Amino acid sequence: MDFLNAIIVLLNFTIIPALTYGSQLALGAIFVTLIYAVLRFANFATGDMMSFGTMFAVLLTYYLQSKGVSFGILPTALLTIPFAIFMMIFYMLLIDKFVFSYYRIKKSPPVQFAMVSVGVMFVTQAIIRIIIGPTDRRFLDGEKFILKATEFKEMTGLSEGITLKSTQAITIVITLIVVSIMFWFLNKTKTGTSMRAYSDNEDLALLSGIDPKRVVMITWVIAGILATIGGILYGLDKSYRPFVYFNNMLPIFAAAIVGGIGNPFGAFLGGYVIAFAEIFLTYAYKKFITYLVPETLAPDSLLQLLSTDYKFAVSFSILVIVLLIRPSGIFKGKTL
Amino acid sequence: MAFFEGNKMTAGYGDGPDIISSCSINANRGEIVAILGPNGAGKSTAMKAMLGLLKLKSGNVVLDGKDISSATPQDRVKGGISFVPQTRNVFAELTVRENLEIGGFLRDDNLFQMIENIYNLFPILREKNSQIVGELSGGQRQQVALGRALMSEPSVLMLDEPTAGVSPIVMDELFEHIVKVKETNVAIIMVEQNAKQALSISDRGYVLVTGQNKFEGSGKELLNDPEVRRSFLGA
Repeated sequence: MDFLNAIIVLLNFTIIPALTYGSQLALGAIFVTLIYAVLRFANFATGDMMSFGTMFAVLLTYYLQSKGVSFGILPTALLTIPFAIFMMIFYMLLIDKFVFSYYRIKKSPPVQFAMVSVGVMFVTQAIIRIIIGPTDRRFLDGEKFILKATEFKEMTGLSEGITLKSTQAITIVITLIVVSIMFWFLNKTKTGTSMRAYSDNEDLALLSGIDPKRVVMITWVIAGILATIGGILYGLDKSYRPFVYFNNMLPIFAAAIVGGIGNPFGAFLGGYVIAFAEIFLTYAYKKFITYLVPETLAPDSLLQLLSTDYKFAVSFSILVIVLLIRPSGIFKGKTL
Repeated sequence: MAFFEGNKMTAGYGDGPDIISSCSINANRGEIVAILGPNGAGKSTAMKAMLGLLKLKSGNVVLDGKDISSATPQDRVKGGISFVPQTRNVFAELTVRENLEIGGFLRDDNLFQMIENIYNLFPILREKNSQIVGELSGGQRQQVALGRALMSEPSVLMLDEPTAGVSPIVMDELFEHIVKVKETNVAIIMVEQNAKQALSISDRGYVLVTGQNKFEGSGKELLNDPEVRRSFLGA
């Protein structure tokens, strides 16, 4: 019984949250890696672009709520995803046309591109500040819990419970669906193959008649879909604080690099690696150990390796260690 | 009038000096034409000029009677010219089959029939169908490169040193394949370092020196020309 309780504690406080957070990071990391593979630069505007897309979901959710529209037990925000994606893609294609394409035609070095993306980041932040402001907003409605701890305890008779928030289940399910569709698209369709070919050998792709403008556009579209969905899921699960997305860039970049930058499947797994590392290293294991050892040996301290305030230090350390030891990423596999 | 002609082409890179000047090369369908010459003679440059990768200062390029001098490389590819660069001539991270599919990117019909034709031409590729090209041997890769270029059913195939860096046995095999391609009524222009072997399978050859035509003639004539032999064939 105690052993079961220990497992439940771990599941409830580490594994389920890590799977959720990992899914959100994975979507961002795939965005980073796709842009890197096709457009060949590290996009520092990633976090704020995710925030930008989420902003439209928040605004439309408020509008729908004011009109009395709801999505039953599911969050109304899910209805707004297509609109948010549309606005996001429109914005990204606009930025690409007026900013990035100029440097692409000039064949600027990647560092210059990265600096340009920092500029885009500041502009995006300013636009968000003007449109919605920096305050914290909750836009989650519908049924909050799928399974409450008390219900679980009654059902099983265990002294520990599992809480499954609807946002956690929605995040994991939607991520798996979206990512599966993306991999199917990249690997099985003609357009997806042409994207991979362009990423692999640009000159030969041009000689084979692949239109680079189309490839760039489709990359923004796919990346935009993923980033918007990732941003909305994160906002639903926590709350929408526009500038927290900027902070999330560290774990997102760490995930992309752990997975081998340019490798979408690596970025997907990398998201979970970072999430699990952050949560496992900052979780207080006192309760878990107490269930496993005889009462006399029960620990007095929290058994927490790092305070949760330091969770970004975990991503940062992983980032540095991977870059030092295996700069090509820990997952074998082809880039895009 | 030949099927594919580069007439009195003068070109260089950017604002630099002319690499080729008044250089003429032509090829007919079902013919292999070799471009030979010492290092820096402008062989690859002449080929790139015909593909449109650099701008002509004077002269013109004619395909099937039409002047295509101002067409972009992509438009020339659509017009039936295929090019196999010397390096990075395959998609190393894609499978053999995906390489061929990309080669046929502009086709809107008979893609699978064409892949089947390529497999008949290069049987080893059928076996390696779903393997990543980066994992293949040098000779097999060159076959993938040829196969990719042939997927668009070109009327002109340009090869930049197809046998660079492969062993002599593989080289002979590749030359056999090139002859097979020629028999499908394609005009082949190739730049080669292995002059003797190249001339032995070529219908005609051009020897360039400092960007100008120095000798030209049938493969046999060039092989037997004492001056060509002394200066370029090392015998």
